[in-house]
Amino acid sequence: MNTPNYRRTQTQSRAPTSMQINPIPAAPSELGEHGQVEISIDGQQAKVPYGTTILDAARSIGIRIPTLCHHPDLCVAGVCRICVVEVAGQRNLQASCAYPITAPLQIQTHTRSVRTARRHILDLMLTNHYGECYACWRNRNCELQTLAEEYGVDWFRFGHVKEPIYAIDASSHAVVRDMNKCILCRRCVRTCIDLQEVGALEAIRRGADTVISTFADKPLGEVVCIGCGQCINRCPTGALQANDPTDEVWEAIDNPRKHVVVQTAPSPRAAIGECFGQAPGKALTGELNTALHFCGFDRVFDTNFAADLTIMEEATELLIRLRKALVDGENVALPQFTSCSPGWVKFLEHFYPEMIPHLSSAKSPQQMFGTIIKTYYAKVHGLDPSDVVTVALMPCSAKKFECNRPEMVDSGYKDVDFGLTTREMAAMIKEAGIDLPAMKPSGFDDPFGTATGSGVVFGATGGVMEAALRTAIELVTGDKVERLFQHADITPVRGMEGVRYAEVTIDRVGPVPELLRKHFTSFDFLLGQTLKVGIAHGTANAKKVVQDIKDGGKFASCHFIEFMACPGGCLGGGGQPIPTSPEIRAARAKAIYAEDRHAAVRKSHENPDVLKMYREFLTDGPCGEQAHHLLHTHYTPRGKFIV
Amino acid sequence: MSTKPQDILLGVDVPIDAGLQRAAGGPTQAIIDEVRASGLRGRGGAGFPTATKWQLAKDATGEAKFVVCNADEGEPGTFKDRVLLTERADLVFEGMALAGRAIGASQGIVYLRGEYRYLRAHLESVLSARRDRRVLGTAILGIPGFDFDIEIHMGAGAYVCGEETALIESLEGHRGEPRNRPPFPVNTGFFGQPTIVNNVETLALAARIVHRGGAWFAGFGTPASRGYKLFSVSGDCEKPGVYELPMGIKVMELLELVGGLHAKAVQVGGASGRCISRAEFDRSLCFEDLATGGAIMVIGPGRDMLRVAKNFLEFFVEESCGQCTPCRAGNVALLEGIELLIAGRCSMAHLHELKSLGETMRLTAKCGLGQSSPQAFLSIVEQFSDEVLGQQPRA
Ligand SMILES: Cc1cc2nc3c(=O)[nH]c(=O)nc-3n(C[C@H](O)[C@H](O)[C@H](O)COP(=O)(O)O)c2cc1C
Ligand code: SF4
Ligand code: SF4
Ligand code: SF4
Ligand code: SF4
Ligand code: FES
Repeated sequence: MNTPNYRRTQTQSRAPTSMQINPIPAAPSELGEHGQVEISIDGQQAKVPYGTTILDAARSIGIRIPTLCHHPDLCVAGVCRICVVEVAGQRNLQASCAYPITAPLQIQTHTRSVRTARRHILDLMLTNHYGECYACWRNRNCELQTLAEEYGVDWFRFGHVKEPIYAIDASSHAVVRDMNKCILCRRCVRTCIDLQEVGALEAIRRGADTVISTFADKPLGEVVCIGCGQCINRCPTGALQANDPTDEVWEAIDNPRKHVVVQTAPSPRAAIGECFGQAPGKALTGELNTALHFCGFDRVFDTNFAADLTIMEEATELLIRLRKALVDGENVALPQFTSCSPGWVKFLEHFYPEMIPHLSSAKSPQQMFGTIIKTYYAKVHGLDPSDVVTVALMPCSAKKFECNRPEMVDSGYKDVDFGLTTREMAAMIKEAGIDLPAMKPSGFDDPFGTATGSGVVFGATGGVMEAALRTAIELVTGDKVERLFQHADITPVRGMEGVRYAEVTIDRVGPVPELLRKHFTSFDFLLGQTLKVGIAHGTANAKKVVQDIKDGGKFASCHFIEFMACPGGCLGGGGQPIPTSPEIRAARAKAIYAEDRHAAVRKSHENPDVLKMYREFLTDGPCGEQAHHLLHTHYTPRGKFIV
Repeated sequence: MSTKPQDILLGVDVPIDAGLQRAAGGPTQAIIDEVRASGLRGRGGAGFPTATKWQLAKDATGEAKFVVCNADEGEPGTFKDRVLLTERADLVFEGMALAGRAIGASQGIVYLRGEYRYLRAHLESVLSARRDRRVLGTAILGIPGFDFDIEIHMGAGAYVCGEETALIESLEGHRGEPRNRPPFPVNTGFFGQPTIVNNVETLALAARIVHRGGAWFAGFGTPASRGYKLFSVSGDCEKPGVYELPMGIKVMELLELVGGLHAKAVQVGGASGRCISRAEFDRSLCFEDLATGGAIMVIGPGRDMLRVAKNFLEFFVEESCGQCTPCRAGNVALLEGIELLIAGRCSMAHLHELKSLGETMRLTAKCGLGQSSPQAFLSIVEQFSDEVLGQQPRA
């Protein structure tokens, strides 16, 4: 049949159309250029742009309509039906989230039939919701619970499931699924296919037997799930959860023989306050240091140190690839892809295994730090590495998968023992009776006390690129990056645009710095070259860029591309506080850039602790023999057809 | 009322391609105007005015347009489309070509119920004969630019895929789940393009209307329900089968015709329809009274009405696509309620709650399946309250 794929040109989403609002016909010309439609909601008059949904229109004038399956990051499913309203002249109630306004409407949001319907819908959801709130990790942060309270659910009118139906799937290091708590809002399904374009989750079976599952009903740990945890962040209930090792961490803390160190990444610090009732946008870095000591961690280190180390390795690796391409005439894989987002790495391993040579072999900051702690740090402090327990506070659920990758044992031990999410750490802190925002700030522990602003910006999309550029430009030109970018803020790579592109022309080269002499005799080969870089966050965007490279598009000529699995970068990671929305992520980004602005040292190659590390421990420098052994890794082609 | 002509659908003198011959060369708007004059309303159940649907699709803009023949016929108690496809396939395809001509589509798709797979070979041979006769394919009847071909797409046994947007979703290769509306398929249908979905009977009738003229068809039936309609009659009667009868016929008249006068109840419109008791047997089968896609199930005096309702709800519990809460969980709640009623252990308060839930489902379900699935239950509880409430309590 001659049915070209019209849909793809109309909307960007790969979700089925049943989970979207169909594109509406163009506004009739009599509405004028701005296409305003007059409506009334609960007697309030308003003018809204043609095509606005009833839900958005109501919100814009301060009228709240409850929602469950709707999420600001996702396409519109219209399945829970809790958002129904009465539209004058229509026989049925209409789902306000899925109803685009194209003609004048009179809407009422809480008539008797609407209220009765909402209560019924909640009653129906509860008929097969098996969970006890006080034993649920979403207690007091659950949209179902909140609505049940708001609509006065006082008993189970249509019955209530007496025992669990589904076994809990804890096969994945990243995501644990308890479908007994699932209300089938399908936000996870849409997150996975619409936002991330992974498609690991789908509804299977029909009618009352419908359940969210995976390909061939396999355990999540065995399918193409990349562990990004974005589905967790958008689940309204406790049905999805990260694989929580808190008990093991407490056990290590309680064990006097164990020396427990924790590294904290910038994104959790910028967001953890939200778990304590703070508005998004204020980092609690110093407060967190104090709190973690109170919890019983022996040392608190800043992941930024390792981020600086990553930048040194990754930037050097890039320069080496460029030398090989431009001078040695070798066939090297360019552009180089960043490798610090484990969800992205697994995405590439599954969907584009043939592109693995593009991935930087540098480990992520979390893993570098783990290795350094169990080697250098243990040695310097006379600790037996087998007694050192490394915990990583990360915004991420994929980090849990990453630290359990079998090859991540270069120190001779498991490099990172436990990955904790922001939410899990907040729970630990609460369990210890600590009111985090009230803590007196304190610094990080030595010997990794001075981290740079470059490490901080890792948390936001474009941050790795900004840090790498700051260092690469200065190493190559021998001149201040401020000459090109005011305050060393490389603004062209910042922002929330899903895919970005930037260029920097290398207009001068300096002498090769001491640290890099092993690899380069001169940087003349870079003179006059234009360094082209790309940025993508969210794997749906990553896919666009990789596809563009395969098609020989603009990004094929790039030299370096930053990929982050999560929308917004790490600050939007799958381990971050719930809820999430574009506004919340933007606020977190602000907190991160503010921390960078105020950092004493802002460039990775100026970090004295990093330089000391290369002087004393990794003595053959970035991308040297030792660094290769400890700080670099390899990848596994996985493919997407898993049998 | 005039006597039944012999050339509607199941008559003996039904000519093939007469409508196409008459209208293909003329202005495309004339086809729609003829259909509008006939007052034809969709025969799939909802009774949407066919000309209005076609006009909307004609006026919509798109890269391509599509005509879909809904041959999913999944409603329990319906089998009239099977008869048409078996005996009047040419008429259905002619109607599709006329619809294509009218709205500017060059591709037609028949979505054929999975269980009708055995009909496929027959339909394919009719299609290829039509291509040979130049009434299908490029330059139909030698008219330049009148290109229209038809493909058959098999359903896979889901009742909900008869719902037009789930059908389109299924055509696109997705799970058959209904879409959000508005906008409707006439604007954004198959692959986002303007698409009309019509019942088999609707399309066949359109062909006859274009041949004989709208006024001819409008001369039968009632003011709001013109013409003749096929009824699939089944259940406790002497002569079950497909009947072609004028719209507006009284239930009693139909029962007399099929030998079912002793009936205790009649389910009008299949599982998703409503159940009426003897007291309502003088009501008319037409859109302004008892609207139906044509399924008439005669329920004899020996039947237990609660089991009738239970049977229907079991069907919906299974056939709900599972997308939306009111339908997915609501049908289960109603079914459990019926089980309580059967056991004589349903309180009046709970029955009241169930009725109210049925109303919620009608008002809030995402598609027609969940909106209509409580109907049978609600009408049985209302019409047969003595029987429903008179059960002996059982453990
Ligand atoms: C659950 C459900 C099942 C349906 N099944 C059919 C069907 O099998 N055949 C059909 O023609 N229409 C069916 N319909 C109606 C279609 O959605 C649509 O209204 C019809 O095909 C339009 O054609 P018409 O205007 O010619 O009646 C169904 C509707 C629902 C809600
Ligand atoms: S998911 Fe929500 S409603 Fe269910 S047990 Fe957890 S907190 Fe309670
Ligand atoms: S963790 Fe990410 S990839 Fe895995 S199911 Fe959730 S959204 Fe999909
Ligand atoms: S797991 Fe959560 S997000 Fe997914 S459908 Fe169930 S309740 Fe919704
Ligand atoms: S009403 Fe039933 S069949 Fe229709 S969308 Fe909802 S669950 Fe699916
Ligand atoms: S929020 Fe609108 S249907 Fe779920």
